[in-house]
Amino acid sequence: VSTPTETDAESRARDILGVSRLTNPALSSWLHGLPGVDQVGCEARAASLGTRSVKTTSKEWAIDTAIGMIDLTTLEGADTPGRVSGLCTKALSPDPTDLSTPRPAAVCVYGDMVPVARQTLGDGSGVKVAAVATAFPSGRASLAVKLADTADAVSAGADEIDMVIDRGAFLSGDYRTVFEQIVEVKRVCGGARLKVILETGELVTYDNVRRASYLAMLAGGDFVKTSTGKVQPAATLPVTLVMLEAVRDWRELTGVQVGVKPAGGIRTSKDAITFLVTVNEIAGEDWLDPFWFRFGASSLLNDLLLQRQRMRTGAYSGADYVADDSPSLY
Amino acid sequence: MPTFEYAPAPESRAVVDIASSYGLFINGEFTDSQGGGTFKTISPATEEVLAEVTEASAEDVDRAVAAARTAYTRVWSRMSGADRGKYLFRIARILQERAREFAVLESLDNGKPIKESRDVDVPTAAAHFFYHAGWADKLDYAGLGPDPRPHGVVGQVIPWNFPLLMLAWKIAPALATGNTVVLKPAETTPLTALLFAQVCQQADLPPGVVNIITGAGPTGQALVGHEDVDKVAFTGSTGVGKAIARTIAGTRKTATLELGGKAANIVFDDAPLDQAVEGIVNGIFFNQGHVCCAGSRLLVQESIADQVEARLKRRLETLRVGDPLDKNTDVGAINSRAQLDRITELSEAGEAEGATRWSPECELPSKGFWFRPTVFTGVSQTHRIAQEEIFGPVLSVLTFRTPGEAVAKANNTPYGLSAGIWTEKGSRILWMADQLRAGVVWANTFNKFDPTSPFGGYKESGYGREGGRHGLAAYVTTGDAT
Repeated sequence: VSTPTETDAESRARDILGVSRLTNPALSSWLHGLPGVDQVGCEARAASLGTRSVKTTSKEWAIDTAIGMIDLTTLEGADTPGRVSGLCTKALSPDPTDLSTPRPAAVCVYGDMVPVARQTLGDGSGVKVAAVATAFPSGRASLAVKLADTADAVSAGADEIDMVIDRGAFLSGDYRTVFEQIVEVKRVCGGARLKVILETGELVTYDNVRRASYLAMLAGGDFVKTSTGKVQPAATLPVTLVMLEAVRDWRELTGVQVGVKPAGGIRTSKDAITFLVTVNEIAGEDWLDPFWFRFGASSLLNDLLLQRQRMRTGAYSGADYVADDSPSLY
Repeated sequence: MPTFEYAPAPESRAVVDIASSYGLFINGEFTDSQGGGTFKTISPATEEVLAEVTEASAEDVDRAVAAARTAYTRVWSRMSGADRGKYLFRIARILQERAREFAVLESLDNGKPIKESRDVDVPTAAAHFFYHAGWADKLDYAGLGPDPRPHGVVGQVIPWNFPLLMLAWKIAPALATGNTVVLKPAETTPLTALLFAQVCQQADLPPGVVNIITGAGPTGQALVGHEDVDKVAFTGSTGVGKAIARTIAGTRKTATLELGGKAANIVFDDAPLDQAVEGIVNGIFFNQGHVCCAGSRLLVQESIADQVEARLKRRLETLRVGDPLDKNTDVGAINSRAQLDRITELSEAGEAEGATRWSPECELPSKGFWFRPTVFTGVSQTHRIAQEEIFGPVLSVLTFRTPGEAVAKANNTPYGLSAGIWTEKGSRILWMADQLRAGVVWANTFNKFDPTSPFGGYKESGYGREGGRHGLAAYVTTGDAT
């Protein structure tokens, strides 16, 4: 028995592929028919974007924009209500010495911490609650458990769900299973936006990253996200570049815009600005908005705040001059 | 107004001291001309006069060649390879230490974007000295033949598109093999060569081993035709190359000539498209297309022609044309008024012959020499823009249907310097590389240079190789012949 949503996603997918049945061979030949990614060329392009020089007024703009795109994240086994609530307080007033500082886009926590986050953030703060779900980070659980995990977070008030794909299924060529799971999770999300974590560190090749991005978009993901942050390498610039090319080409193909979220390993303002340059020059300025681009990060926020203070005062202060409610332990 | 506007990020000019006038670097010092005139070198981006430079007379050429001969007989040919290598290592390190100075000066005098002079020209120039420094004491084992020996005095004439890098390509192998040098930089871009003369002083290079004389065509002719020059090395236009070959015909001189090109960049339907588009852009818009091996003809398989064209145009919209010293500039100024006129004339011919012209919207500075990145579609093999070297930011797009047709069209040119192949099929790369009559064939990349890799042409693109062991061979004689 298929639900209406399922039918929508399936029929749209059949339309795009131009097939009458969405079989695994159909998905496979479509994904493997996408243009390949040359590793050397892709990495060279990313490196050249890293040489852009962003100064003065553009740097001010970029820092504020980056702050507004952060999913401020804590995803540790040792998370407590106190720590999560501290993180949310930080999101509400990132820099108490300068109330013009923008707030991050969201806080990102495990599902059981959603009520705490919801309560601390209150309504109307503009800061969303994002929850990781679907047996994050490995995704090794039955579909029923994954769906229950998602439903639990949504009913606790999560605005956004960060799911992981089944990398085992993807790598073994079982694209149909990956597709179905995303469709199912999306259905359970209801109004919550769905970010699909590809865990690119386990997919390894850029060809796989491109294929997984297309598969996630085909299944109705609202965002494609690089990593859980638990696997190295996490959000590299070339991987993000490939995903930005994918969402750009996807909008051209279908008219649907999908967001991108690099997560894990982006710690400095310089890194963040390089990512914004890449968004600007690869996907285009339509993506330069927290609705379409996010950083999954924790320590990045304080580095941006330090830079922001420096732009304002003309002098570097130091790590002790920005509040740290949730020092990362690793 | 774009959402993300990059504020101006100019590299500081303060790192470089430009003298108001320069003499000729002969026998280790800057000397005044005997009977020669002067000319001005300008910044092509602003038409600002940068310095006054000496135009070497025939007497000056005589003095320079004599200094090189003395240095050759008395010092350089007697020095051990290991000691020559020490000087080359020293020069390489000084180039690295003064890299910023060289990069700024190159961009000022040539008009190329600072990101290219900083990330390509200067580091690659230093790499050439490092590479050849290593060969200096190993020539017997380089497989060049028995008993490799220098020619003697080498006369070198270089172009304006990569002034310092071409200098390095010429001087490094010549010195490593034990020759001494008289080099003439192009008249529009003499300044980095003159700064290099100061590096020779700083490195305590024995006087006369490197001599740098500035001037235009007549100075170059006097140098190439000088009877005490043993070997000639030239990079530049095919027309001048032919004139040099005629000049030295019947003499003992040998020559390496690196001349023009009209390279085909061939994109198959199974290519990695995003990277292919980057390669097309890099192939023709790198250094404003002032590259002899530029991929000026795009041969794209018919089935993906529309898609590639659309992607290419979208990419070109993001190119930033303007101030060469701005770190975010992708495309700089055309090197001279004369070159701008030639590019303009050929582009107008392209339109007149019926090709479709397109350029991205971009504002050009009001002063200086500028040309928008330009793409011609619907180009036929018979159009002038498909046949003649434009040497500017102008791409001609042609299509093909089969690999055989791609090869036939790519080879259908008097030139044969380079080519590019874009496909994910390895066997096709090898087959194509075998069929293409071009000195360099790049696969899934373009305009990549390395001192270990020989570079040079087929047909009217010249003869001889530069770089690698093949490049050394041009600077030595072997066996019993004297």
